[in-house]
Amino acid sequence: MKRFLAATPILIALVLGAFFLWGLNPERDPNAIPSVLISQPVPEFDLAALDGVGVPGLSQAYLTDNPAPVVVNVFASWCVPCRAEHAVLTQMVERDGVRLMGINYKDKPEDARAWLEDLGNPYERIGSDLNGRAGIEWGISGVPETFIVSGDGTVLYRYVGPVVGPDAEEKFATALTQARAINGAGT
Amino acid sequence: MIPEIGQFALALALAIALVQSVLPILGASRGDLVWMRSARASALAQLVFIGIAFAALMRSFTVSDFTVRNVVENSHSLKPMLFKIAGTWGSHEGSLLLWVLILAAFGAGVALLGTNIPDALKARTLSVQAWISTGFLSFLLLTSNPFERVFPPPPDGNDLNPLLQDVGLAMHPPLLYFGYVGFSIVFSFAVAALIEGRVDAAWARWVRPWTLAAWMSLTAGIALGSWWAYYELGWGGWWFWDPVENVSFMPWLLGTALLHSAIVTEKRDAFKSWTILLAILTFSLSLLGTFIVRSGLLTSVHAFAVDPERGLYILGLLGLSIGGSLTLYAWRAPSMEGGGLFAPISREGGLLINNLLLVVATGTVLVGTLYPLFTEALADQKISVGPPFFNASFIPIMLPLLMIMAVGPFLSWKRADLKGVFQRLRFVALLSGLAALAVWYLTEGGPALAYLSIAIATWLLLATLREWATRIRLFDVPFAQAFRRARNLPRAAHGMTLAHAGLAVAVFGFVGSSAWKSEEIVFVQPGAEIAIAGFDVRFDGVEQLQGPNYTADRGTLVVMRDGAFITILYPERRSYPVAQSTTTESAIRSTLAGDLYASLAEPAAEGAAQSGAWTLRILYEPLVNFIWIGSALLVLGGGLSLSDRRLRVGAPRRSATLKPQATPAE
Repeated sequence: MKRFLAATPILIALVLGAFFLWGLNPERDPNAIPSVLISQPVPEFDLAALDGVGVPGLSQAYLTDNPAPVVVNVFASWCVPCRAEHAVLTQMVERDGVRLMGINYKDKPEDARAWLEDLGNPYERIGSDLNGRAGIEWGISGVPETFIVSGDGTVLYRYVGPVVGPDAEEKFATALTQARAINGAGT
Repeated sequence: MIPEIGQFALALALAIALVQSVLPILGASRGDLVWMRSARASALAQLVFIGIAFAALMRSFTVSDFTVRNVVENSHSLKPMLFKIAGTWGSHEGSLLLWVLILAAFGAGVALLGTNIPDALKARTLSVQAWISTGFLSFLLLTSNPFERVFPPPPDGNDLNPLLQDVGLAMHPPLLYFGYVGFSIVFSFAVAALIEGRVDAAWARWVRPWTLAAWMSLTAGIALGSWWAYYELGWGGWWFWDPVENVSFMPWLLGTALLHSAIVTEKRDAFKSWTILLAILTFSLSLLGTFIVRSGLLTSVHAFAVDPERGLYILGLLGLSIGGSLTLYAWRAPSMEGGGLFAPISREGGLLINNLLLVVATGTVLVGTLYPLFTEALADQKISVGPPFFNASFIPIMLPLLMIMAVGPFLSWKRADLKGVFQRLRFVALLSGLAALAVWYLTEGGPALAYLSIAIATWLLLATLREWATRIRLFDVPFAQAFRRARNLPRAAHGMTLAHAGLAVAVFGFVGSSAWKSEEIVFVQPGAEIAIAGFDVRFDGVEQLQGPNYTADRGTLVVMRDGAFITILYPERRSYPVAQSTTTESAIRSTLAGDLYASLAEPAAEGAAQSGAWTLRILYEPLVNFIWIGSALLVLGGGLSLSDRRLRVGAPRRSATLKPQATPAE
């Protein structure tokens, strides 16, 4: 009995050690939050167009009947990383033929307009989410966030933070390639 | 040149540590006094060389030597000098260097000050200390070299995180490490005792000052860290049960248990293998903390840059040190025991319950902290464990502990008269009930647990003072005589009174600021008035200011109470262009009764700049300062106990005849 009691601490330590060893797996990212939306249909939302930009608004209906996956990006003019991400998104649209939809999150319309005039508008549609309601429906944790939505309106992938830098861009491109493989190459 | 000297000094320290790992302990088993005593020189040399390395790194920081990668990443030429110096331990590499420096300091401390410790025990202890030191010096040199150069050197550094530019924070890691790492020497003593196969009262007395010193630093470090989160981060709270906070709290809980169980070993020659186990586990939890903070195992608000490879190396070190010591324990502990018998109601019994509750509390925190890892590994589910779990599980363990803590010092060794104690404490119990009723009358509702906690804290405070008064027979004998008795009382007794009273004071703070906190988050235009906890706060707008390496938005809040002017608060939001980050400088009106706390949140997105509307967070935290006062009393109490005569002179001698080593019992 005494022997057994004295051996208990080392046994507990060994079990804990096994968990730690597992936890050190470099593939594991404790900060990653899996989105509850993945493999779910896009949430219900209906956003009016951003005045004076010349592209229509965005709602659930426009995301459920496309021939190929589309990318939905949540952005705002007050968000500094969005500015950096803008160039990457523009390149995706121009070079890879991605169809890009925008949700303009909690932004003043005139600021957003000036921002798009300044940097160019890669978005096919932009919904103006003034009160952040659609953002809640999409479950975003901050701006920017980028989603890949299949042609029939299923959320396939979510990227939190700006898609900027070789690592992030490659991750996103891989996800996009996979989405297209499932769902047609698009244009 | 200087960084190379630093690196060379580290390599030399590693070589010395290797020698110290082997020579003294071999000497102890062969009875070779010269080999045993070589530990003294090598422990001092280790401290000197690691000190040189630390000084070299600090110099690179103070002169902003941007050829050193660590300086580039963690400093900036425009930073105030104090924070350049603090930058030395601001990074993973630098803080690890501080870690080994403190490790060496404790080794050298025992080598120099432990003159009354027998040669064999000292030699073994210092060899064990050198094993730890070898592990961490090699870790530093192989995976985290703080002296790595960059070429070409960049024109300027990348700043230190401006959040970390705070005096409280500059001091927080050194103190915390002093506590964390201080337990290493207690661990070494324990392992040495296991190797020797004997633990006795003298052993407990030699270990006590080191445990106390480590415990005091850890207490101060944790309190300072919590103070920093409260004042600097603008979070409006002082404890968040974040994994990194928890890993510093667990060694504290176990270290507290160790302090108390070591008393039993010292006075009654009992609880021996238990004390040894606590000594091993306390340092093991410190190592676990180092591992969790640096490996990215768990999500936390303040983890270091994450690197799984380093994590693997530390896990290996952990496996060797914790696994090795616990295996040794499993092998040797069963043959160790005996000592004084005691009745359930006795000082020993009280300390046993204290230990059990503290260990259960530590286990609770450990499970809560690691639970996300368990569920992720076993069920592939990502969850987070937050304050509700810890509050629901930790507080019910702590309240009985506080209740018993009040009674414990009244109990005599071996067999105590509980009835007599309660008779003496009748009045205290009555007053505690009255205190809870008074608080209930003064406040407009609050959780029942809060009133109970107030009663218990009052009970602890008054009973502690009552015990002290009994000892010096205050009011029984003329005052001058009581004063003389107080002077003759061992300092350790005063220390206990102070520390126990300090905890009671801190509990008032914990309860007051959690149960009766008021909070308003408002989106307001200049001129708006906000009413909170009896104060009327008027928002007079925000202006822009220019600081040395930041620009700030400063809000003006005029605080009135019943129409009378009280003060003006100036909360700020600072943005640091070089580091590209912003910090919140909350404004606080601090009184003993409570803190009125205002911070400025980001301007509302919808064109706040034009309208001047801002989001304000205003809090009233009653009694919050009692937490820091209580913590200070805890540290002072520890210090008083550390200065006790019996730990300095009257060198305890082991029983002269050397008993043959016990053979393991089956």
